[in-house]
Amino acid sequence: MSLLDTKPLIGRVEELGGLVSLKDYVSSGGYSGAKRALTQMSPEEVIDLVRNANLKGRGGAGFPTGMKWNFAKGEPLTPGPKYLVCNADEMEPGTFKDRYLMEFNPHLLIEGMIIGAFAIQAEIAYIFLRGEYHEPYKQLNRAIDEAKESGRLGNSVFGIDFNLELRVHLSGGRYICGEETALLNALEGKRAQPRSKPPFPPASGAWGRPTIVNNVETFCNVPAILRNGAQWYQDLGLTDDAGTKLYGVSGRVNKPGLWELPMGTPIREIIEVHAEGMCDGFKLRGLLPGGASTDFLVEEHFDLPMDYATIQSAGSRMGTGTMILMDDSICPVDMCRNLEHFFAQESCGFCTPCREGIPWVEALLTDIESGKGQLGDLEILDQHAAFIGGPSNTFCLHAPGAMEPLQSALKYFRDDFEQHIKQGRCPYRS
Amino acid sequence: MSDNQLVTALSSEEIAEIETEISHLPDRESAAIDALMIVQRHRGWVSDESLFALAQLLEMSSAELDSIATFYNLIFRQPVGRHVVMVCDSVSCYVMGADQLATKVQDELGIKFGETTNDGRFTLLPIVCLGACDRAPTMMIDKDLIGLVDPSSLQDVFSRYE
Repeated sequence: MSLLDTKPLIGRVEELGGLVSLKDYVSSGGYSGAKRALTQMSPEEVIDLVRNANLKGRGGAGFPTGMKWNFAKGEPLTPGPKYLVCNADEMEPGTFKDRYLMEFNPHLLIEGMIIGAFAIQAEIAYIFLRGEYHEPYKQLNRAIDEAKESGRLGNSVFGIDFNLELRVHLSGGRYICGEETALLNALEGKRAQPRSKPPFPPASGAWGRPTIVNNVETFCNVPAILRNGAQWYQDLGLTDDAGTKLYGVSGRVNKPGLWELPMGTPIREIIEVHAEGMCDGFKLRGLLPGGASTDFLVEEHFDLPMDYATIQSAGSRMGTGTMILMDDSICPVDMCRNLEHFFAQESCGFCTPCREGIPWVEALLTDIESGKGQLGDLEILDQHAAFIGGPSNTFCLHAPGAMEPLQSALKYFRDDFEQHIKQGRCPYRS
Repeated sequence: MSDNQLVTALSSEEIAEIETEISHLPDRESAAIDALMIVQRHRGWVSDESLFALAQLLEMSSAELDSIATFYNLIFRQPVGRHVVMVCDSVSCYVMGADQLATKVQDELGIKFGETTNDGRFTLLPIVCLGACDRAPTMMIDKDLIGLVDPSSLQDVFSRYE
């Protein structure tokens, strides 16, 4: 079995030690998945194949990709364009997987998007790229030009009656652009404020037209599914979830990094084997499994496999699969303050619980951290985590996401919070 | 503002680039963010004069355009220095010492976040996660992503940006 069959996402990058050129990509089977889809299959067959492969969205929510594509099937009800959009606004703190894919394997994303566009019959596609990703911007535009010149984008893609225009939109900034409907507003040149749902983008998305939005890593999984089939893809995973996953570790480990591993690889294996364990003198206390907006996991969870269902049943979310480690030198209260500062700053300001609530929580955490906490503050934080994070209090999941690390920190590290108040100081500061 | 003023507030090159963006979009207003970023690429920031001219070019109100410009943190409505230094303050970098780095950067440049050095060389801004958490702490100077920043080597790093 070749490296490409076990590591369809970045096997080529590792083999070559860097950028996969068009020539490298094609010589190792690249674009054969798109060619098969467009020249031998119907759009419905492509959707069914992706559905049978059990590919789930890699942006954080884990929504089944084939099902999402299927929503666009009956659309549009009125004449006009349909859109396919790649969410490349990677800005979830602790996440660094999409940048790697776009910088080193841009043709993989383009091939996945060609297949997706054909499946939903969209002739205009956008990559919504975060503004700080200068190197991916360069690589993507170069790769798009190469794909156009070689008949893989533009008019009559692969010689069939299907045209596809692919463009990169460089974002003006802001975390909230990663929210699907905020992203569409930004794409339309507006302020990136999330929309009330329904309608969902497959019915009414960019410029009110049917739109499918998928994450970079999601698209990158598609070409190999077309090449090797649904069963092969399902067999890659160690648990019920299929395929491989880009797992990442940041924090005080010996070798922070990113690895393509079978879906369902245990947390401890990722940290101990791949990240080579904690640095000398540091002990792991907890981790955010998939970005800033996921609940803390602690020692009792470290033997669990990293997949969607298992991490969810442990009270958190796999999210982006790039975990942030909290070692014993880090004050959990101060780490929560850092996280809530981020969420308060990045709220778009439209919904009151988010705009007013998160800064208030940040202020309370700042008080507790600086020794000005009072008895009863923790109960207030508990309540607000529930109010602000409650379902349907806000248009989007920014506020609930902001409360996930806080509510779990209050549960697992409560003694740290109490000590701050009792001692009137942060025990982690000398 | 008359058409004549519009011509002087935006260069023909800027107008051509903006019109190319518009040609790919369903309507002129949809190019608002692209247009703001094109002007900023040419001038370093978006002045009131540029904003009024852009609003006219895009056939939208300047108030609406300003609400868009001020929403996005990478669009500058104030002049910035020749180089923009952005230091990540998100959680992975925080765990790896971003707070200490931020203090050191401010000391080294002699300015606080949001300020520009007197010689107009550097503007210092905070930034959220730069997507290089395996190399935390990180910062970005102009288009250069710098990982594993050693606070004691900052002078060296800054000396590369005149």
